[in-house]
Amino acid sequence: MSEHSSPAAAQGGGTTALRAPQGAVAAIATDGLSKRYRGGQLAVDGLDLRVPQGSVFGFLGPNGSGKTTTIRMLLGLISPTAGGARLFDEPVDAAHVGTLTRVGALIEGPAHYPYLTGRANLARYDAADRTAEPATRSVRIDRALEQVGLANAAEKKAKAYSLGMKQRLGLASALLQPRDLLILDEPTNGLDPQGMREIRTLITSLAAQGTTIFLSSHLLDEIEQVCTDVAIMSRGRLVTQGSVAELREGLKARLAVTTPDTAEAAAVLKEQGGQDVRVDGERVDCDAAAGLGPETVCAALVGAGVRVRAFGVERPSLEDAFVALTGEGFDVAE
Amino acid sequence: MSQSSAAAAVSTAGEARPAASAARRGFANPRGSLLANELATMFRRNRNLVLLAALALIPVALGVALKVTTRHHGQGAGGFLAQVSNNGLFLVFAALSLTLPIFLPMALGVVAGDSISGEAAQGTLRYLLVAPAGRVRLLAVKAVSLVVFCLVATAVVAGAALLTGLALFPVGPVTLLSGDSIGMGAALVKALWITLLVAASLLGLAAVGLFFSTLTDTPIAAMAVATGVTIMCGILQAIPQLASIQPWLYTYQWSSYADLLRDPVYLANIERNLLIQLGYVAVFGSAAWARLSTRDVTS
Repeated sequence: MSEHSSPAAAQGGGTTALRAPQGAVAAIATDGLSKRYRGGQLAVDGLDLRVPQGSVFGFLGPNGSGKTTTIRMLLGLISPTAGGARLFDEPVDAAHVGTLTRVGALIEGPAHYPYLTGRANLARYDAADRTAEPATRSVRIDRALEQVGLANAAEKKAKAYSLGMKQRLGLASALLQPRDLLILDEPTNGLDPQGMREIRTLITSLAAQGTTIFLSSHLLDEIEQVCTDVAIMSRGRLVTQGSVAELREGLKARLAVTTPDTAEAAAVLKEQGGQDVRVDGERVDCDAAAGLGPETVCAALVGAGVRVRAFGVERPSLEDAFVALTGEGFDVAE
Repeated sequence: MSQSSAAAAVSTAGEARPAASAARRGFANPRGSLLANELATMFRRNRNLVLLAALALIPVALGVALKVTTRHHGQGAGGFLAQVSNNGLFLVFAALSLTLPIFLPMALGVVAGDSISGEAAQGTLRYLLVAPAGRVRLLAVKAVSLVVFCLVATAVVAGAALLTGLALFPVGPVTLLSGDSIGMGAALVKALWITLLVAASLLGLAAVGLFFSTLTDTPIAAMAVATGVTIMCGILQAIPQLASIQPWLYTYQWSSYADLLRDPVYLANIERNLLIQLGYVAVFGSAAWARLSTRDVTS
């Protein structure tokens, strides 16, 4: 019990450096977190991560950028070679795992006992948590199965589950208790589009109830759809972290027109004061500066006899932000 | 308790929504909960049930074979086997002495070698650890479940032998190795003690298997080592030139349980055997603890 009861002390005299800006304790705070594997490869390099409580935090990066290694360190599965991690201002490592009872996790895909039923699998994970109340176990298991839409398959053996069902069962084990933090590594892997939507809805509703969500993904759309904050990893380093809005602000929107008359269109855009005019095939675009009213530009284009097929202001996507920040595509790091 | 309620109070003030889970920490949880689940899982698994069934078949087959060939069994055959046709109770001793060198260690080697590495290979180790099970607690649960498996496996052999012996052969007072005769009741008590001693003889191997299981994520490797190491001990014991290392092998006094069939019981070798097993448990148990409590779980 003693290892579970330290937050009072930790919060009383916690270091200010590890606190989120608003004064609350960060759900996740890492300090120079690094991992060098025995082969000499630096998988994670000096990570300073701050995940504010209540956020839906996207942890983004190509395959091989160190996301999973980071998550394993956050959960005390592997020891950092330098730096450390705190969850709710309590240290987590191989010997200090008490805080993890507040954390539900899905790490690198689900894992189950193939010869046990879905329900028995959940019962085993629940029994492993010594703070879990056995008296309420079956009720909590039922609710978790219900939440992920597996209630009808509870008595089937896990080996008979499809990949999507296994993924759901993995999520169910993260939801066996009310959690303060969910660390979800690629939670929609193996799910069909309908299943992905369901899981995203579930994540959003859990976040609405106040659970902090740490969502790792290589799917930019997914992060863009559900996350309030984001951190971008590349080759083991943290490239940036902040709110999704902040990240997008750094990039300028583009005013784009699709037309067969590219030369004329480019001339009109320049004439209207457009900066950085570029022509690419049938597409002509320029920076959407504040003084450049789309309606004025469109009228000018039509007035000049440019045949406009499509016209609009394009907001930068997270992918653009990623490419701008890392100068590389979103592919597997070598 | 007071500590954790204090923690709950403070964290409600300081954090967004920690009250529910902070209060949860105060729950009294029976320590045996994961152990109970581990045992249920162990004895629900088909592989383990097949192993136990195979062990149960050995005394049955032995009994039937002895029954069928009993006429050709002259005075020449030595040990417990010769006595079985006169007294069914001896089938218990015969079956244990037959299974202890090979079959029991093999079954145990499979289960012990698989204990941690199997979880790792399945990926369930990481989920148990983040549950959080606690590494030391998980290892302790695995260790206790292996002790239970030693007991159950040995009891299965003894039980099947007893039933087969009662069904196929006459029973009566048992003549001890020292020549005295004891009644049925006393003989059954001795059989129970011998079962316990044989189970205890397996503890050293259980610790070795558990240790190797923490080394690898490949269960088959740990199982191969855990079953092979007994064979190696058998070979080492057969080489007279290696007499100096033989007392350190966990198989060295495996046959000492027979000393219980003397009157008075000759305890020296039995004690020696238990001491060896204890030593292996201490050394390999600590090694397993050192390994599991520090290793990176990357599976």
